[in-house]
Amino acid sequence: MGDSAPAEAVVDVRELRYAIDGRAIFDGLNLRALRGQITAVMGPSGTGKTTLLRLLMGAIRPDGGRVSVFGEEVARLSRPALYGLRRRIGMLFQNGALMSDLSVFENVAFPLRAHTRLPEPLLRRLVLMKLQAVGLRGAAGMAPGALSGGMARRVALARAIAMDPELLIYDEPFVGLDPISLGVILRLIETLNATLGITSIVVTHDVEEISRIAHQSYLLAGGRAVAAGSPAELRATAAPVVNQFMKGLPDGPVPFHVPAPDYRTQLLERDP
Amino acid sequence: MKNPLLDAIVRMGRVALFLLRVLGQCLPSLRYPRLLVAQIYNAGARSLIIVMLCGLFVGMVLGLQGYDLLQRFGSESALGVAAALGLVRELGPVITALLFAGRAGTALTSEIGLMRATDQLTAMEMMAVDPVRRVVAPRFLGGIIAMPLLTAIFNVIGIFGAQLIGVGLIGVESGSFWSQMQSQVETSDINEGLIKSLCFGVACSLMAVYEGFHAEPTAEGVGLATTRTVVSSAVLTLLLDYMLTAAFLNS
Repeated sequence: MGDSAPAEAVVDVRELRYAIDGRAIFDGLNLRALRGQITAVMGPSGTGKTTLLRLLMGAIRPDGGRVSVFGEEVARLSRPALYGLRRRIGMLFQNGALMSDLSVFENVAFPLRAHTRLPEPLLRRLVLMKLQAVGLRGAAGMAPGALSGGMARRVALARAIAMDPELLIYDEPFVGLDPISLGVILRLIETLNATLGITSIVVTHDVEEISRIAHQSYLLAGGRAVAAGSPAELRATAAPVVNQFMKGLPDGPVPFHVPAPDYRTQLLERDP
Repeated sequence: MKNPLLDAIVRMGRVALFLLRVLGQCLPSLRYPRLLVAQIYNAGARSLIIVMLCGLFVGMVLGLQGYDLLQRFGSESALGVAAALGLVRELGPVITALLFAGRAGTALTSEIGLMRATDQLTAMEMMAVDPVRRVVAPRFLGGIIAMPLLTAIFNVIGIFGAQLIGVGLIGVESGSFWSQMQSQVETSDINEGLIKSLCFGVACSLMAVYEGFHAEPTAEGVGLATTRTVVSSAVLTLLLDYMLTAAFLNS
């Protein structure tokens, strides 16, 4: 994990094709996440960002192309090998996805209990350390239902790093957070990446926030990456799609209106 | 395009495949005995009150109806046997299963369905934990263990209810009520009820966890799944009951 090591791609997506009910979600997507970096995957709603994560984790198989994680092609792995791979990956879900019948402490302990046979005192210390990292050691005894949205996401983050993953995947980590919680999550992503050397993939449409910490950004549209580079490079790109997304313009290549018959004709037509 | 018969067969196949998957995870799930105990408590202890209450009423009705029928033939002393056999072989397992489907089955379905809707099951899979082993198998086993226990309690309370009405209220002689029951009820009758309740336990638990696990991840989807649990558990229980009764009477 040293700085001297050449940047190696932890996640390598090549010519990915995937369709749902005949509608192409990905059509020749190329994407790489380098070791030790924060890679942002941005795109308007409905561009298949969550689908991409499911493909990365091997929950679904691509129709074409390859998805490699840690140099292994995910779609070819057997179930035990896939589970082995997933132990090296932490994932933060949009809504936290905490187990509602377990306390905060037990939620963070969950992957440790499932995969290791640590003695109880050691396990307890480990969980407290993870909770300390997200600032919620004081909430260890609480039930997930009693947490605010931001706190639940931090607990989920503590759970995601419980097994010391090499790769952390964030699914829309900023959605629905107040500015303070958002700042906290943002700083945590950066700190975890910097101090633990965790490779991070952040799927989001919050351009401003992620641009502050991402090393590399991809912009998805129309089933492929229409732009890639550092946030500054992306902002400087002249391509209309990129421009529209980065500046948040309501109309442009991504149209404001869903395709519809002519407005005037539809308003004036006789009632059936 | 839509063919209801075909859909039903496909559904049966899906349930059967799911059953195989759950059975495969039952043994590994015993690695967490605490989970199983919690589920026996959930499915069993929490259904206790309703099962006992219904058992009492069913027994009391048996006392009334049984007496009314038997006294026409002057054999009201057989009330004890009639009530005990009716409960142990038939009413106990069936009514307990129906109550179980309504009380514990719906709770299982909505719980698992909500776990699906809030991504908890997906999160487990992403943490390399098989949700079938961790969530489904203990609930399935817990239901199977709880069902015969609940049935036994239902039977005992039911017989008490029949005695309450028959002996206490109507005045059938207490000695013949109990002694005839003792001489006429065989171990094979008890076994028949036990086997029935085990089968119903498998059917009702399976439908509950299947519907929950495959619920559409929305509020509406979980509601529909809960309804389907009750309907299919009830139909399956009565269908199985007919087949098992026929088999037992034949042998």
